[in-house]
Amino acid sequence: MSEDEKTTTILLVGVGGQGTILAGDLLAKTAASCGHECKISEIHGMAQRGGSVSTVVRFGSHVSSMICDEGCADAIVAFEAIEALRAQQYLAPRGAMIVNDEIVTPLMVNIGKATMPSDIHGRLAELGATLVPAGSIARKAGSPKSTNVVLIGALSTKLPFDVDAWRDVIARRVPPKTVDANLAAFDLGRQAALAL
Amino acid sequence: MSTRLLSGNEAIARGAWEAGVAVGVGYPGTPSTETLESLAKLGVEHGMGSGDGVDGPYCEWAPNEKVALEVGIGASMGGVRCLVTMKHVGVNVAADPLMSVCNAGVNGGLVVLAADDPSCYSSQNEQDSRNYAAFARVPMLEPSDSEEARRFTAVAFELSERFDTPVMLRETVRIAHTKTPVETGAARAVVEPRPYETDPDKYVMMPAVARVRRLETDRREELLRSFAETTDLNRVEMRDPSIGVICSGACYQHVREALPQASTLKLGVSWPLPAERVRAFARSVGACYVVEEACDYFEQHVLAMGVELATPPCGSLPRNGEMTPARIRASFGVEQPAHPAAAQDLPPRPPALCPGCPHRLVYAELHRLKAIVTGDIGCYTLGAIAPLNSVHSVIDMGASLSMAHGMELAGVPGRNGRPVVGVIGDSTFAHSGIESLLGTIYNGGTGTLCILDNRTTAMTGCQGNPVNGITLTEQANGVRPLDEHPGPELDLVELCRAMGVQDVRLVDSQDLKAVRRALREATKADDRLSVIVFKSPCRLVDRSRKPVPTIADCRACGACIQIGCPCLGTDEQGRAVIDPTSCIGCGQCVQECPFGCIAAPEPRQDQTDGRQA
Repeated sequence: MSEDEKTTTILLVGVGGQGTILAGDLLAKTAASCGHECKISEIHGMAQRGGSVSTVVRFGSHVSSMICDEGCADAIVAFEAIEALRAQQYLAPRGAMIVNDEIVTPLMVNIGKATMPSDIHGRLAELGATLVPAGSIARKAGSPKSTNVVLIGALSTKLPFDVDAWRDVIARRVPPKTVDANLAAFDLGRQAALAL
Repeated sequence: MSTRLLSGNEAIARGAWEAGVAVGVGYPGTPSTETLESLAKLGVEHGMGSGDGVDGPYCEWAPNEKVALEVGIGASMGGVRCLVTMKHVGVNVAADPLMSVCNAGVNGGLVVLAADDPSCYSSQNEQDSRNYAAFARVPMLEPSDSEEARRFTAVAFELSERFDTPVMLRETVRIAHTKTPVETGAARAVVEPRPYETDPDKYVMMPAVARVRRLETDRREELLRSFAETTDLNRVEMRDPSIGVICSGACYQHVREALPQASTLKLGVSWPLPAERVRAFARSVGACYVVEEACDYFEQHVLAMGVELATPPCGSLPRNGEMTPARIRASFGVEQPAHPAAAQDLPPRPPALCPGCPHRLVYAELHRLKAIVTGDIGCYTLGAIAPLNSVHSVIDMGASLSMAHGMELAGVPGRNGRPVVGVIGDSTFAHSGIESLLGTIYNGGTGTLCILDNRTTAMTGCQGNPVNGITLTEQANGVRPLDEHPGPELDLVELCRAMGVQDVRLVDSQDLKAVRRALREATKADDRLSVIVFKSPCRLVDRSRKPVPTIADCRACGACIQIGCPCLGTDEQGRAVIDPTSCIGCGQCVQECPFGCIAAPEPRQDQTDGRQA
């Protein structure tokens, strides 16, 4: 297969409620607006209640399966650091990993039924992950809830879409009152990834 | 034509709307739920009539899937097109009407959506609805992306009327919840209602009629088999002739991904199977394989046609769970991409009851009482997970109450010295718990039954139900549970009293003392049946927040941690700490602290019935 026929696979992982679904939607709509066929797959239901969640976005000239297998993610966007490690086997050779530096302690650790892994940041560095302080960037942008858009901004540096295409989709998709904050979050996330 | 990214569920709704469907009815269940919600929204957006087939569509939630299908059969008999939606296990509930309406047939088109869940992402089993289509001998269509979901839905209505039969539509979770491009430019067809004519020889399934109608089903099966042989819903795609794969739905996409050179027989009709085309395809390829998930439905039917199926070179595909391209590559010896090994040392992160969930204190108390708890299907199933560990059985909807009665008949409370308590949610109680309770009352059973009334069908996305009285039309118009609305709410206390329960209590599930008192008194009384209605709204519906509590002089006893609130953790000394971003100030930990070290910044306002305007 020639390079332009290749399907690109992005895996977004996080903890239920962190906004992975909206982030996946922004990515899919941007890919579609740039002329790609696109599939976006998410699992709802039990997973919503604070558990591990994942969304898969695949795009290209033609997309068949909606599943991301091990070793198939051209990029992993992790909204939480432990979830990044939980998804590491999905990373493709030379795949990019963008990780929010936040750690959400699992309930199982709080109740003493499990322990935290050691050296989370060191392990992420070994995977070549780009650590983004998305929470503090989102606050700087004026909307603490825009962490997901900060991460999308960071991801945008790894994908061939015009900045305007991303911004158009964000402006149309987020609540009207939050457009400016979200666009700022996108720009700051992008700058952070380019600076690292 | 414009193109939009729609989920399979949204696309089915779109297809039904375009096909002029007049009535939509179903019961929420992952992964089917958004189908009817989307159809109801289309109805609201485009003007909804009286269900006469000219305007519309009109949609409603039924208390359960059996009722939904019966409403659908009535609408069809009345001459309009009707879509009935449910998850795969819902078909079990609807199987009674399904197994007879298949012989009676239809007037207006009747399409039944069954949404399957291979790998049990949100279900208690991974049963395959294709078996129901073969069992009832009704045609089943199976789309493999959202555009097919839209088109196949319209075809399903045409087939239903053309062959005088209900038609089943099957999707799996990956079709239901994957958004793919869909053509959305088509207009809604104007479908005039068909006249209703009294026809007892078609609709009255007493033995003399049923025997004759069964022969009609036999004749129809022959016609459907001919149809399956010629329809373009089934499609041969010849590529490399040395390898041929029979597949359908999401598995077709996985085969295309993993084995792009393989020839495929893509089946859009899962029943009846086109035996001649299957045989011809098998003859035309060097080796013929079946790829399917969670069940060997195609394999058994294809083998019965006398077709020889090959075993993949590196071993059979797994029978259990969801199919993936990686599983296919592994069986067919295709190289897999290199990748880091999965981490083995990570703390699990299962779903948990939300911060402030009204079920939490009830489970914490049941845990302290060492109660044996027969549970049910809903968010409150999560009470089975640590640290609450307070649900000890989950089988099907409504089983909690009837199983508690069975445990009593087995003498479990006496032999174990532990009370048996049934726990069920409000929507599930309306679904099939009422009959279960009736059985216990009728037969003089004792014990304790808890109805956890959080004012909504929470797990599937906070739908309306007969207990909160919010209709699907109201929901599509933006009415949320707890909003003012004109419809009747089901009074659970009055209902239980009317059914004959003497000891019925209404308790605020956020009031620990009241929860404790009610459960202790009810479980101590072994001479009567007690029903406790625990009432307080789901915190996904009541989004109000109070200030985060403060902790002073924590003694590190861990009592608050053991209620499993996601906002509570400990520092290095084991002292409790509260995550201020996720905490909603519900006050559960304040009540649970045995030393009074956790304080709410302002006095907690007691609620009488949990409702907030």
